[in-house]
Amino acid sequence: MIGLEIHCQLTRLKSKLFCPCRADYRGMEPNTNVCPVCMGLPGTLPLLNRGAVRAALLIAMSLNCEPAGRLAFFRKNYFYPDLPKNFQITQYDVFGDTSVGGRGSVRVGDAEIRITRVQLEEDPGRLSYEGGHDGHAVTLADYNRAGVPLVEVVTEPDFESPRQAREFAGMLADTVRSLGVADPGLDGAMRADGNVSVMGGNKVEVKNVNSFHDLEKALRFELTRQTGLHKAGRAIPQETRHWDERRRITIPSRAKEAELDYRYFLEGDIPWVALDPDTVRGIRESMPESVLSRQGRYVGYGMSPQVAAALAADPLCHALFEEAHTAETARLVANLITTDFMGVMDTREKRESARLDAEHLAALAGAVADGRLTRSRARALLAKLAREGGDAGRMIEAESGPAADLTDVVEQVMREEPDAVARARTNPPAVNYLVGMVMKKTRGSADPQETLRLIGERLGGPQ
Amino acid sequence: MDPHASAADIAGAVMSGKESAEDIIRDVMRRIRDASRLNIFIAVNPDAVSDARRIDGVVRSGGDPGRLAGVPVSIKDNICTAKMPTTCASKMLEGYVSPYEATVVERLRSQGAVIVGKTNMDEFAMGMTTEFSAYGPTLNPHDAEFVPGGSSGGSAASVAAGVSTISLGSDTGGSVRNPASFCGVAGLKPTYGAVSRYGLVSYANSIEQVGPLARTVRDVMLAYEVISGPDPRDATTADARPPDGSAPEGAALEGSRVGLVRQMAPDSLHSGVRDVFESAVSGMEAAGATCEEVSLDMVDHSVAAYYTITSTEAGSNLARYDNIRYGYELDGSGYEYHRYVTRARDGFGPEVKRRIIAGGFVPSAGYAGRYFLKALKVKSRLTREADKLFEQYDYLASPTVPVPPFRLGEMIDDPVALFQLDINTVTANLTGKPAVSIPYGAYRGLPVGVQLMADSRKDIPLLEAARSLEGTAP
Repeated sequence: MIGLEIHCQLTRLKSKLFCPCRADYRGMEPNTNVCPVCMGLPGTLPLLNRGAVRAALLIAMSLNCEPAGRLAFFRKNYFYPDLPKNFQITQYDVFGDTSVGGRGSVRVGDAEIRITRVQLEEDPGRLSYEGGHDGHAVTLADYNRAGVPLVEVVTEPDFESPRQAREFAGMLADTVRSLGVADPGLDGAMRADGNVSVMGGNKVEVKNVNSFHDLEKALRFELTRQTGLHKAGRAIPQETRHWDERRRITIPSRAKEAELDYRYFLEGDIPWVALDPDTVRGIRESMPESVLSRQGRYVGYGMSPQVAAALAADPLCHALFEEAHTAETARLVANLITTDFMGVMDTREKRESARLDAEHLAALAGAVADGRLTRSRARALLAKLAREGGDAGRMIEAESGPAADLTDVVEQVMREEPDAVARARTNPPAVNYLVGMVMKKTRGSADPQETLRLIGERLGGPQ
Repeated sequence: MDPHASAADIAGAVMSGKESAEDIIRDVMRRIRDASRLNIFIAVNPDAVSDARRIDGVVRSGGDPGRLAGVPVSIKDNICTAKMPTTCASKMLEGYVSPYEATVVERLRSQGAVIVGKTNMDEFAMGMTTEFSAYGPTLNPHDAEFVPGGSSGGSAASVAAGVSTISLGSDTGGSVRNPASFCGVAGLKPTYGAVSRYGLVSYANSIEQVGPLARTVRDVMLAYEVISGPDPRDATTADARPPDGSAPEGAALEGSRVGLVRQMAPDSLHSGVRDVFESAVSGMEAAGATCEEVSLDMVDHSVAAYYTITSTEAGSNLARYDNIRYGYELDGSGYEYHRYVTRARDGFGPEVKRRIIAGGFVPSAGYAGRYFLKALKVKSRLTREADKLFEQYDYLASPTVPVPPFRLGEMIDDPVALFQLDINTVTANLTGKPAVSIPYGAYRGLPVGVQLMADSRKDIPLLEAARSLEGTAP
């Protein structure tokens, strides 16, 4: 059985969870994004960031969780140098459901994955270990990250395979990105821990997994390891193991985390947050369409599930699609985006800086649909527009009908006019009708002699 | 100026130009030096005189220096001040200077108060004698062989000794009221959330409040009006604004109903305390109040619940003192993190250690149900009982402390007996309700106080009632 605990930083917020320091600390000098509150200095008090509550609710609702009627925060007590207060403010459901959301479920492939809980908590600081000049190892603490809002999504052990767990993580990344609350691509912005058990054995927690790719590998390793132990008749101890990126194995973690007693109790400095139905409804109405619902809608336009999924997951691409397509060109626009645009601009960063806009796409799709442009010419134009931008209409005009395309138009006309083709075979002068259709499609730009020759080749027999 | 003049008189004299703040503060600083054997202060403000001079400058230029112009105020050493150290009377915060100032201190300064120093206390406010201080005990100004009460013993002594007009203490289970009673001054524990805790070093954050001490209830009220009100930096103050901002006119005891809490004046009550309390009851009746005995059954369990809850919160609140980001000199090289922290935290004194250890146990897995959660249950039942009484009674009255002041060292080795001295004060903290102690007599020359408690947010009416009771004191 596999379950996941995924932590996601709310990087799009302006400030930390309990103080005005920045939520995005990346690229800053160590310990410059700190204040008395996030440093836990004596006498300071946390002030809850309402934007973080809203963002966490958006994530919970996207996972079809029931939002809590009221939120409470708890202290998780343990000593660790990355925690300025030596406790972490988090959520805990000891007085009923007081976490942001619970009891959700989402479909991943064929499986229904139940969401146990979505909760809000503060990120600890970061430690780096360095060898000192005198041979002693030193640990350096950077509290720039301490207090950054973190949403934790906990699933039930519903995954049938490591692959499915990875798909879920990817789906969650797409979801938070399209909600506009996080940038899961940033280093360390999204972290997954796995819970693995086999044949009713003890649960093993796998931590320190830094990418979804490694998540799948770590889970697979752990399944194999536990199955091996089980077959050999050996006990599987309940423990926390760390993924060793270099050796590609899991190893028992030194800290005996299972033995810690966190002494959870209510954080009295943060009053309970009542979420009345109107507030929840307001947030729900302001919610962008979820990735899953968008994907379903796209399949309804006749796209393949793969194309629909790729398009629905990428905020820039589906925004382009929504603006550029018509009922007739939906499939075409989707294809232009997912095969051509995503092919030429193969990373999110490249696409974000590309010059292509929805108007370009609409023009290209229109030209392909009415035969002014072949699919392959459209691909070339799209690449040029993506790199350089420009006036799509004029470029299509200039590109329409040159020799290279004539073959395509001829073949198209012959496909569309089977009766005329049959007549031309038995009555040669009737071929002029087909030539006329080609001239019409190319707006007179085709060479009649060449057109006649191409049609002749395809009719077969001597002319 | 008379060292026992009221805050309003001092401010009036300074604002009218009759007296200079500088002279007043110079005089206070001299008297602080003269009273140094009482060990009231952990630090005095080296800038007090120049702060006073600035107030005089405002007066001379025709400005308004505020309601506390030139009033000498002392601050308990667990309330952050930006210039003087804030040590909580602990070695763990030796030399610690806060980079920011507590909201209550800012508010006092903005009304022209001059901070004269930081007062001694039981370490991290844990204790009721001011003997558990890393800086040695404070002595009772009425008789230096006796304790001043605690944990805000320095604050109460500073007011009693006339070396400050107002002092800010903190009250987690009686730490303002107990020393007020032992030193013969008035002290208020406000409604939870009425006063900002931003800058108060947390001990048991869900029940404690900053509270003023002064020689008269009127000065306590003036200080309360300055420091209270919502603070955007303390979310627990958001909804606690008293419903009536201004003080009602007239004698508040007249026509009121006062409940005398049976469990707080049991047969075992010290006779000296009983005599004072009985005379206070007569005083209330003379002022027009109807007094009758009432019962708060949960009081019998309140001290146990109080220590369970405060230990739990203290264990968490004091966890940050690991000597890594700030603290005292202790070389960490060669230590593994947890070993270093353990070694560093040996710097806590015995009472703090006792409560941290209890705080690691009572909320722990397997024991929380028997201790911590049960204590929370007592807290909510006690609150329900008190709420019910306040449907019928305006005030609840009791002795503040069940015994008169005792000698230094007399009880320091008996923590459980010490804990029992909190029996009459912890109810206000556990229920969040305001309570005030006022001096009402003496036993063998040492002060004895009585306590009045009111319903939540009735701080101003409570102080009005205390004022009318004060007027009947012998």
